Amino acid sequence: MRRYLSWLGRAATRVWLPIAVVAVWWVWSAHSKSLYFPPLSSILRTLWTQWVTGPARAQLASSLSHLLTGYVLAAVIGVGFGALLWSLRYVRDATSPYMYFLYVLPAPVLVPAVMTLFGIGFTMKVVIIAFASLWPTLLNTLDGMRGVDPVKLDTSRVLGMSRVRNVFSVVLPAALPQIVAGLRSSLQVAIILMVVSEWVASTDGIGYYIVNAQQSFDYLGMWSGIIVLAIIGIVANLLFVVVENRVLHWHYGARAVEGAR
Amino acid sequence: MTAPVVSLRQVCKVYGGARPRVALADITFDVARGEFLCVVGPSGAGKTTLLRCLAGLMPPTSGEAMFEGAPLRSVPAGIGVVFQDYGRSLYPWLTVARNVELPLKVRRVRRPERSSRVAEVLASVDLADAGRQYPWQLSGGMQQRVAIARALAYRPDLLLMDEPFASVDAQTRFELEDLILRVREEFGVTVVFVTHDIDESIYLADRVVVLSRSPGAVTEIVDITLPRPRDQIATKSDPAFAGYREHVLGRVMSR
Repeated sequence: MRRYLSWLGRAATRVWLPIAVVAVWWVWSAHSKSLYFPPLSSILRTLWTQWVTGPARAQLASSLSHLLTGYVLAAVIGVGFGALLWSLRYVRDATSPYMYFLYVLPAPVLVPAVMTLFGIGFTMKVVIIAFASLWPTLLNTLDGMRGVDPVKLDTSRVLGMSRVRNVFSVVLPAALPQIVAGLRSSLQVAIILMVVSEWVASTDGIGYYIVNAQQSFDYLGMWSGIIVLAIIGIVANLLFVVVENRVLHWHYGARAVEGAR
Repeated sequence: MTAPVVSLRQVCKVYGGARPRVALADITFDVARGEFLCVVGPSGAGKTTLLRCLAGLMPPTSGEAMFEGAPLRSVPAGIGVVFQDYGRSLYPWLTVARNVELPLKVRRVRRPERSSRVAEVLASVDLADAGRQYPWQLSGGMQQRVAIARALAYRPDLLLMDEPFASVDAQTRFELEDLILRVREEFGVTVVFVTHDIDESIYLADRVVVLSRSPGAVTEIVDITLPRPRDQIATKSDPAFAGYREHVLGRVMSR
């Protein structure tokens, strides 16, 4: 009972401000006659009729499929290539200048180039999302693996591990906290690029819907799209935290103990 | 007379770089089967370097380090190592039981035997009930016992210990000293134990190798003939113990 109450207390600390903001927005906009700033109640009604029961569901599905495919690709390539670079010093030294060049290059400027190469369909968006969100995961994987405590590596040699087993049983788990941090920034980048790629050249997706609504003076539609994007961001982040807490429970446990000592 | 488990012949280790530094100079000694050998010396005497050479983690610059008749080129399957810093050598993402089980998995021991051996070795370090916990949930002394259990799980012929009790409190340290003596009897393992603590080395050892300050060289090898089983109070109040301490301390301090 006591635990339940303290959980409730913590939850309340986190949600009171968002709830308050929504409430203020609701009351403040309730009698708005402005075309650009419609009442929140109307926006939410549009959200329901467009995104939950209406035609915009297709845009939502399309965006999410780009996001998911692009992000999973980025995660797999990022961790895999990061691990490869870690194990092959020669390749690492040879490629690191280009890697940092590509890393600092703002990904949106590549949209025209990728469009030229892949057209404006599914492939183009997935390539943009994957390319842009690859870097945080890749660099964090490389960095995390290079930073593994040498005593842990000595230990794996003493225990008789092969090179491959050492990578999977020791180096990857030891680098995991940092890899996960990379995956988290990759997720944010992926969501941004999902929208950007749909703005520039597209006939579907949430980004397209928002721009299209704005250009055809459908401000209710525009606001509802923005809210949908915010919800996607929140839900994606929540899912990420749930997975992270499961995978890294040992890391947070150990850190809490260290902090207490 | 059986062949020695370990033999070192004129082992030297020089760390390279712009200003080369001699860490070990001309180390020669043997470790007999079943023996408990302590290496004692001031910091900077190359104790850890010596242990890494013995473990096959690092090749000597010159001279030869042999384990069971073969030159050490990599870490042999018959050597277990306990590092000083248990917090860094235990894997925090694995439970205690899985940490101990890992070397058995590497050696392709079958599952039923793995679990019975894990249970057995955890019981002999008095951690029979800790298997499902994570190392970081345990006290320092308990964690070092997990590290000992892990090193013993695959029944090595030789156990190397690098200042294993340096980061626990004095009380726990005495308990761990007695535990290692007991476990060594139980498993019939040869032990090389590196420490900077002279009392500890005399209390544990059959022989004490005294190293001089850098470059590390063998000053003397002292035979310890104190009766076994040893006891924290009786052994340490034995006049012979005080004699050894005075002698070893004199050798450590001498330049």
